[in-house]
Amino acid sequence: MTSDGRRIVEARGIVKNYGQFQAVRGIDFHIEKGECFGLLGPNGAGKTTTVRMLCCVLPLSGGEMTVFGMSVREHPRRIKARLGVCPQENNLDPDFGVRQNLIVYSRYFNIPKAEAAKRSDELVRRFHVEDKAGTCVDDLSGGLRRRVMVARCLINEPDLVVLDEPTAGLDPQSKHQIWDEVRDMKAAGRTVLLTTHNMEEAQLLCDRLIIVDLGRIIETGTPAEILAKHGGGTLEDIFLKLTGKQLRDE
Amino acid sequence: MTILRNISLRLFRVWQRNFDVSLVTWKTNVLPPLLEPLLYIFAFGFGLGAYVEKLSFGGKTYEYVAYLAPGMVAVGVMFHAVFECMYGAFVRMRYQKTFDAILHTPLLIEDILAGEVLWGGTKGLFAGTAILAVITAFGLASYPESLLILPAAVAGGIMFAGFGLYFAAVSPYIDNLNLPTFLFITPMFLFSGTFFPLDGMPGWLQSLAWILPLTHLVTVTRAAAFGTLSWSLLVNFAFMVVVGFAVSYIGIKLMKERLIK
Repeated sequence: MTSDGRRIVEARGIVKNYGQFQAVRGIDFHIEKGECFGLLGPNGAGKTTTVRMLCCVLPLSGGEMTVFGMSVREHPRRIKARLGVCPQENNLDPDFGVRQNLIVYSRYFNIPKAEAAKRSDELVRRFHVEDKAGTCVDDLSGGLRRRVMVARCLINEPDLVVLDEPTAGLDPQSKHQIWDEVRDMKAAGRTVLLTTHNMEEAQLLCDRLIIVDLGRIIETGTPAEILAKHGGGTLEDIFLKLTGKQLRDE
Repeated sequence: MTILRNISLRLFRVWQRNFDVSLVTWKTNVLPPLLEPLLYIFAFGFGLGAYVEKLSFGGKTYEYVAYLAPGMVAVGVMFHAVFECMYGAFVRMRYQKTFDAILHTPLLIEDILAGEVLWGGTKGLFAGTAILAVITAFGLASYPESLLILPAAVAGGIMFAGFGLYFAAVSPYIDNLNLPTFLFITPMFLFSGTFFPLDGMPGWLQSLAWILPLTHLVTVTRAAAFGTLSWSLLVNFAFMVVVGFAVSYIGIKLMKERLIK
């Protein structure tokens, strides 16, 4: 158990090795209840690996991590029941319509049928996809599919929402809509973990953030603190200053 | 044994998901298993069978079509179960990222994979039942003995689903799945006593046929359709259950290692 009840996530010295390659090299962070916590970094920095360890999908190679006060090693089912995760890659069921996608997903959480129907209708309304509720997701635009992904991760009314690059590749309209949703989630008292390499997004939404590169944390603080520390400019300037300008492979 | 410990009843959620998909795509899922055996029965049973003398099997003589029909039931179970977990599971794992979606819910990877095997077995049972109905309509199955085909289709279906998952787990690309089809499934289709009795074959081939899993399913379906049940069928059932459990376990283990590094 964590000593501080406000800490939803606590990671201490977490490490991930893939064979010889070390993707995450001992990082510490914590996420507090009700905040939007940003995980920033260039491609291949170890963001998704960190997120997948937090979601109990990948085992840790070293260190300790607790979510809701429970160890990710010991209680994956109980932790996952309270998480709402939108992974980087869309993975909706292509054979189902939008509403059916939400219903099928609700069953994995053992949400009773009537309740699942109610929540699905609500989400369909809230995410403005009423007229597409029966449309096969394969026939939706990229922006719409992403919205359905975000809607789906709320079906179990999660305490912690994990959004892995939710707006990558979206047009400005779709992007703003998802940002509005994130604000609503926070207003509803949910904690949000957001990974992104969109600096504007981080600056707008995150209460606190860490910047990781090559598996290590290289900066941490509120957006304002980080800007002040590096003499102003934009977060993007600071990001490039910290992570270097060379291109990343992955 | 963590794998067995990590399997929970939530595996039925995966089964349910696949079942719902099959309701959407039923035209391509339901009609072929019903129509395919009809083709075989017409082409080989009535067509080729007209040139074949009655054949003797277990001390009795049968029309060729009567000999062939229960073999087609077994073949239907095998094809539908093994391909569901080879190609179907591969597509869900690799292209649709379905497993990844479900992994972010309270299900563990073991639940997902066990659910896949159960689903593959169900498809085998469904195909076997459909073909049994067809051969029953032609008067080629004796009752009540033929009801034994249903539990045999479950045991055989799970066994072949397990093989399918194993092949999917060890194939780097979807094209690699052609190899087990060519080396394992097609030879079984031909040499498990499906089209001709094994007694006429050289002894070494008979021994080889005994280790082919399909032989055991064919032995049961034929004995049931002919109404010639015997206690020795328990050996065939035991083979399917033991091999089915072992190969499903290995398939789940290897697929888990592949997905969760």
